[in-house]
Formats: sequence, structure tokens, C-alpha cells
Amino acid sequence: MIRFRNVTKHYPRSGTALANVSFHVRKAEFVFLTGPSGAGKTTVLRLVHMEVAPTEGEVIISRFSSTRIRRREIPQLRRRVGFVFQDFRLLERLTAAENIAFALQVTGANRSTTRSKVMRLLDHVGLAARASAYPAELSGGERQRVAIARALATDPLVLLADEPTGNLDERASLGVFELFKQLNSLGTAVILATHDATLLRRYPETRVLELEGGRLVYDSGAAAARPPDGDSDDSSIFELMPDGLPRDDTAKQPSGSKRAGPAP
Amino acid sequence: MRPFREAVISLVRRPVLAALSVTAIGLSLFILGLFGLTAHNISRALAAVEEKVEIVAYLRDEIDEAQLRLVRSEIGAFPEVQSVEYVSKTEALYNASRELAEFSDVFPDVEVNPLPASLEIRLLPGRRDPHTVGTVAARISGYEFIDEVRFGREWVNRIHTLRRIAGGTALIVGGSFALVAMLLVGTTVRMSIHARSSEIAIMENVGATAGFIQRPFLAEGLISGLAGGALALALTFVAYRLLDRTVMAVLWLPDLWIVAGIVGGGVLGMLAAGRSVRRELKGLYAI
Repeated sequence: MIRFRNVTKHYPRSGTALANVSFHVRKAEFVFLTGPSGAGKTTVLRLVHMEVAPTEGEVIISRFSSTRIRRREIPQLRRRVGFVFQDFRLLERLTAAENIAFALQVTGANRSTTRSKVMRLLDHVGLAARASAYPAELSGGERQRVAIARALATDPLVLLADEPTGNLDERASLGVFELFKQLNSLGTAVILATHDATLLRRYPETRVLELEGGRLVYDSGAAAARPPDGDSDDSSIFELMPDGLPRDDTAKQPSGSKRAGPAP
Repeated sequence: MRPFREAVISLVRRPVLAALSVTAIGLSLFILGLFGLTAHNISRALAAVEEKVEIVAYLRDEIDEAQLRLVRSEIGAFPEVQSVEYVSKTEALYNASRELAEFSDVFPDVEVNPLPASLEIRLLPGRRDPHTVGTVAARISGYEFIDEVRFGREWVNRIHTLRRIAGGTALIVGGSFALVAMLLVGTTVRMSIHARSSEIAIMENVGATAGFIQRPFLAEGLISGLAGGALALALTFVAYRLLDRTVMAVLWLPDLWIVAGIVGGGVLGMLAAGRSVRRELKGLYAI
């Protein structure tokens, strides 16, 4: 569903953010995107969201390709790719319900369906009782839940989350993460960028893509993610860990020699 | 309806900014309105003077009835001519004695009437410009029984110079103020776009179309322009009433000008908003 083919992204001022990165994320898959600050995690998410175009290579999201997409098609793509930010980005003057309704209304939903869908989404993220609360009246975890509900408003195929637990305490982080897991189990793919080693250790079965200095240095699920058509360009180049799981020292040595494959 | 609803909400949410913007547009268009009032009244005064522009063709004394009828009908058939009036020698003398009262005692004693008969030729409205008047006069002077043709060439020239100056000034002053009004609307819309940047970012994030994002700002420009036009109309009316009551009789603007002024305000507002939208939101969905 999401495929990076030899993607390089070069910014004119800050230089190379990604270098020759290839991977494939399947439908309804859950992927941790990890690596130190400046590793290129946000750039990967921005490429998937088509906020930026690759300098080289190709990004394919469902039927959209970065090399062929037209500007007027990007809104359609964005409706299929939900984005959750670390800083929530809620409109402070709107209530929780109105923030979600806003996303529905600006994408053309009619009033009658908006109301019922907002309530369903709020119920889904466990905030039905807080529908009329303003963001300032909500806790960090609750705000992030509203942001997730908003991202789900357009029924996306994939949810991108950029350090969604970065501003939350451990308990709220776990609650939000469990919500992502629950949404994933219902069929929405999730790519969650984080450098929270605790989170990675807590969910060892989850696929991990690790970036360092703009290169993909580790993909715990490369073999499983090999495209069914036999196109192995995005998986054969990785040297997988024997058990496919990140080690406890992931955060300390994210690109350890044992599992860092050759630069793709 | 949504763009207008959102535009109104946006304007109401920033009442001071909106009021400043509408007032600025209103004042700019008010200046135009005052100029329009002046131009209209000058134009009407000029038209009244122009009404008096006529060609007088003096006839030779030896012209007979048949020849006179022929000359009248031929001149009357000119496409530029509205009417041809014959003034006989007797009428000319009577008119002269009436208009020149100080010589009224002399006229009854004149044994031979020295004044010639004449044809007073009026041209159709819109055909009284110096060129047409000169051309028609030259054509008339070619008739055998016409002794002399007069048409106040200098007056005709002066009237038309005045009108040209009035038109040119209207164009320059009006254009300048329209430009100022456009800059003001553009700035207001740009400030609205900046004030709503977080909303725009979310709309772009969730996949609202570019047109959906842009339309409320265009509507905001349109509403500001129309409101400014209405304010300008109200101010111009107050100025008209004051002038009419205290200084001199003044004519109110024609209905078409009023409608054109308000619609023009709206169009100006939307054009200015469009320019700001193109500049500020050119990055929408650009990758």
C-alpha cells in the first residue's frame, strides 16, 4: 500500500534528509518509525503525506505516485492518509466535537452525517462525555485522542503519527498507544514515528523501521513486507535480526553492527 | 452559501479590522462618489450649454420661396441635424429690437431692414462636437444662397476641452483611489488569511480542496467591497444633501451610476482578495 523506492530527499538549506530509502508497508500493518532526532522520520511521514516530493526515487501511496500525482489530486490522497502531530494542532476556539466536525465539513460531509459520525468517533476514542469541552479544558492525552479522532474523520487507510506521545506522561502515552493499536486492529495501517525506547520494548512484536542519518539502517519486517509480485527491491537489501525484534539497547545503539544492513 | 457564511463569521470575529477595512474602502469610494457627483453636475451643465450650440446660416436677400424650401429640406435631411428653423428678416429685426433694448427706439425708424433672414440649425445630441459642427457648417456654406455661416467655434471648442479635462481628471483621480481601495482590501484579506493560518493548515492536512479553502476569502473581499460601496453611497448622499441645501442646487447621481458604484466596490474587493489569495495561498498542495 505504501512503498518507498530508492527515495532520496534533499533540502536546499539543510542538506540530505533521506538517502536511498526503500521499504514497503502493507494494508493494516503497524510500523514503528524510529531513530534519533534528525534521522529523517518526519521527512518520511511528510513524503507519505505528499507535503514534499522526493528528490530522487518514488513514493507510492495506494494508487497515487509521487512522480505522477497532480496538485489537484493531493486533497484526495490526504483524505486517505490521516496525520497526528505531537502538538495536537487543535483549534482552541472549537470544542472537541467541533474540531472533529471541522475536518468532516471541510472535506464536504453534509451536516446530518457529520453529527452522528462525530459522536461515533468521540465514542471510539473514549471521549463521548467530553464532546463539548474545549481543548484548554482537556488533558494532554485527551487532546491527542481528539486529534486522532479528527485524523480518522475521513476514514483514512493509514494513520501517520509524528511523536504522538512526545508531550504526554507515561500513562497517557500508553493509553494513546493502545488506541492506535485498537484502530490498527480494525484495519487502519499505522506508521508511528517515535524515539521512545520504552514503547518499542513494550511492543516487541511490532515492526520497526529504524533511520539514522537519513538512511534506513534496520527493518524488522522487511521479509514479511516483501511485495506479493516478487518485487524485492525494498526488502532484500536489509540484514534482519535473527529474531526480528529490536534489542533492549535499541535506543543506545540504534544502528548496531549486528543488525545494520548495508546502506540501501 | 458556506463561503459567505464563513466570510461573515470571519469579519464578525475581527470587528475592528473589518470596520477599518470597510471604512477605508467606503472613504475611498466616497471620494470617487464626490467626484462622480461633481462630474455628473459638470456634465449636465455642459450639456445645457451645449444645447445652445447651433449653426446660423445667413441667407442672401435674393433667395425665393422655392429655393428656401429646397435648402431647408436638404439641410434638414443631414444625418447630424436635429432641426432647422427659418428666421425671416422681419423676425430677425423683431428679435434684435427685443434683445437689444437700448436700440429699441432706432429700429422703428429704419426704412430698409438691414438684417438678413437666416436658418438656425440644431444638431442632434452627441453630434455637437467641434469636428462635426465644423464639418456640417462647411457643408452648409457650400450652398449658393447661403451668405455666411456662424457657429461659435470657440465656444464649442472650450466646452469640449472642459469635458475632456473633466473626463481625464475623473480617470486619474478615480483610478488612484480605486488602487488605494484595492490595496486596503488586499491587506485586510491577507491579514484574515494569516489570522486563520492554523485553520488553513488543518484544512490542508485533512484534504479540503484548494477552492474550498480559497472561496471564503474571496467572499470576504466581495462583502467588504459591497459594504464599502454602500457606506460610500450613504456618505455621498449626505454630502449631496448638504451641498444642495446650503451651497447650490445639485443634481443627484443617476441610478445606473449608483448600482455601478456598489457593484464596482464588490468587484474591486474580490479582485483585491483574489490577488492576496493567489499570493498567500500559492503554496497550497504544492510539493
